[in-house]
Amino acid sequence: MTAATATATGLALEQVTLEYGTGETLVTALDEVTLTVEPGEFVAVVGPSGSGKSSLLAVAGALIHPTRGRVRIADVTVSGAKAAELAKLRRTRIGYVFQSGNLLASLTARDQLLLVPHLSGRITAEDRARADELLEAVGLTAKADRRPHELSGGERQRVGLARALMNRPAVLLADEPTAALDRRRAREIVALLAAQAHERKAATVMVTHDTDLLEAADRVVHMRDGKLS
Amino acid sequence: MFLALRDLRFARGRFALMGTVVGLIAVLAVLLTGLATGLVNDNVSGLRSLPATHLAFQPGVDGNLFSRSTVDPALAQEWAKVPDIRAATPYGNTLAHAKEERSGKDVDVAVFGVEPGSFMAPEPLTGDPLGSREDGVLISRKLVDEGLKIGDTLVVERSEVRLPVIGTIGDVSYGHVAVVYAPLKTWQRIHYGLPGEPPEEAFKAATAIALDGEPGAGGPEAEVLSREDSYGQSPGYSAEQATMQMIQFFLYVISMFVVGAFFVVWTIQRRDEIALVRALGGSAGYLLRDAIAQVLVVLVSATAVGTAVGAGMIALLRRAAPGMPIAWAPGPIITAMALLVVLGVLGALAALRRITSVDPLLALGGNR
Repeated sequence: MTAATATATGLALEQVTLEYGTGETLVTALDEVTLTVEPGEFVAVVGPSGSGKSSLLAVAGALIHPTRGRVRIADVTVSGAKAAELAKLRRTRIGYVFQSGNLLASLTARDQLLLVPHLSGRITAEDRARADELLEAVGLTAKADRRPHELSGGERQRVGLARALMNRPAVLLADEPTAALDRRRAREIVALLAAQAHERKAATVMVTHDTDLLEAADRVVHMRDGKLS
Repeated sequence: MFLALRDLRFARGRFALMGTVVGLIAVLAVLLTGLATGLVNDNVSGLRSLPATHLAFQPGVDGNLFSRSTVDPALAQEWAKVPDIRAATPYGNTLAHAKEERSGKDVDVAVFGVEPGSFMAPEPLTGDPLGSREDGVLISRKLVDEGLKIGDTLVVERSEVRLPVIGTIGDVSYGHVAVVYAPLKTWQRIHYGLPGEPPEEAFKAATAIALDGEPGAGGPEAEVLSREDSYGQSPGYSAEQATMQMIQFFLYVISMFVVGAFFVVWTIQRRDEIALVRALGGSAGYLLRDAIAQVLVVLVSATAVGTAVGAGMIALLRRAAPGMPIAWAPGPIITAMALLVVLGVLGALAALRRITSVDPLLALGGNR
């Protein structure tokens, strides 16, 4: 297997530049960023606030088109895709883990997961089985019927991780997943994220400003002023 | 409705509050519709039940034709010769105050004078037809409900005309008082209004000529109105209708704004969740369908409960206060309820437009 065919199922950013505003107010959030993540590889992106980490996730997660450069998610080239095509890509190929879980207040843990297939149409028996399997993988089978306000911060984040895996994502993106957690829970979540990334062969990118959490990563890249190093 | 139903359950307090307001508005709308229909019945059911298709009033009279118009009953023969007129007969209409002789009970009545045996003379439900006894009258069921019966005698104030009750007709009223049918001659004496034998001219008066058939050209000079158009000549009818319609209009507008305002606030509160669902790949269409389904569930259930309560209140009111002009009118009430739901959805749509403009980027921490 050559490197080129291997990356065809992962994530590839090629010389991606993202600019906001014009003229005097022009902000370069990403500056010629090139990053390739293999399926099953866990890459940590470290940098201070405002370094462009979230912009990197927005571009890699098909939430926004880059100003210049190419983004490939699995075997799909994102450039030129319409908003509806981007939404479909997010529904089917991308898993997000947000800060502090970012769960819906009215849904039980199991429903948070079932929402993902429902966004694409119907919930099948297979979807239900997968939701139960993922809740078990993150250790929350006993709390499947609890709503977010009945869960601890760490439990919420584990539901968030299980939800991100619901659509069998080719690309798994985690945005400061440990921001609201204490040190011990933060390590647990990152270890779980790494284990799931490896097991389920998802090209995984975690952005964090916490340099203590990097031992679980296969590769660490640093970001400063929109540039990777 | 995956999210809609779960949100309804989770935020049931907020939705119950809004649903209660919509339900109360529905109760009010049902009662108002019942009252509007009841008022129409009370005011013009006597006119609606006339067998005439048109009424030919005195020309050149300005408004309130039933009390101001006077025509010569002899004109009926001329009208009868007009092509397309199948029948024409004089018709008298006057409001009067009377006292029942036996019980001393005071009653307000609308006296309709018609020629016995003409097409305008009503079939009695009980008792004998007009003309079977001199000055004998047929009374509306409303008076029967008030305790009058065949064999009683009404004495009209001022003219002191004595009216033996010889039969009854259905529940018809005019100008909010019960209708009494009298022979035209008797009506003319009441209309003249003074005691004793009236002069000859008093017997040359009627309010209008009742026509059966659409008059073309060629009739005597007259102000011809269709039966339906003549309702507006009943005292207070137009003003009553305008008032009721204005109240109903404001009720609909208020309900639209209540629903719209609630969903504006609700949508703003949900903004982060909407952004999250969009970031997860949910389309704007998915969220809109979900939200509209939620609006419909709330509006339809609140309106249904409100209608049931309103219907119950109408039934109670009709039993407890028989004189109250409130009617159970399924047609207008269904229309009113449908209007409440449709306007509520329109109000909510103004709020739900915001869903499409929520940026999924909000779900990412760096932008929050």
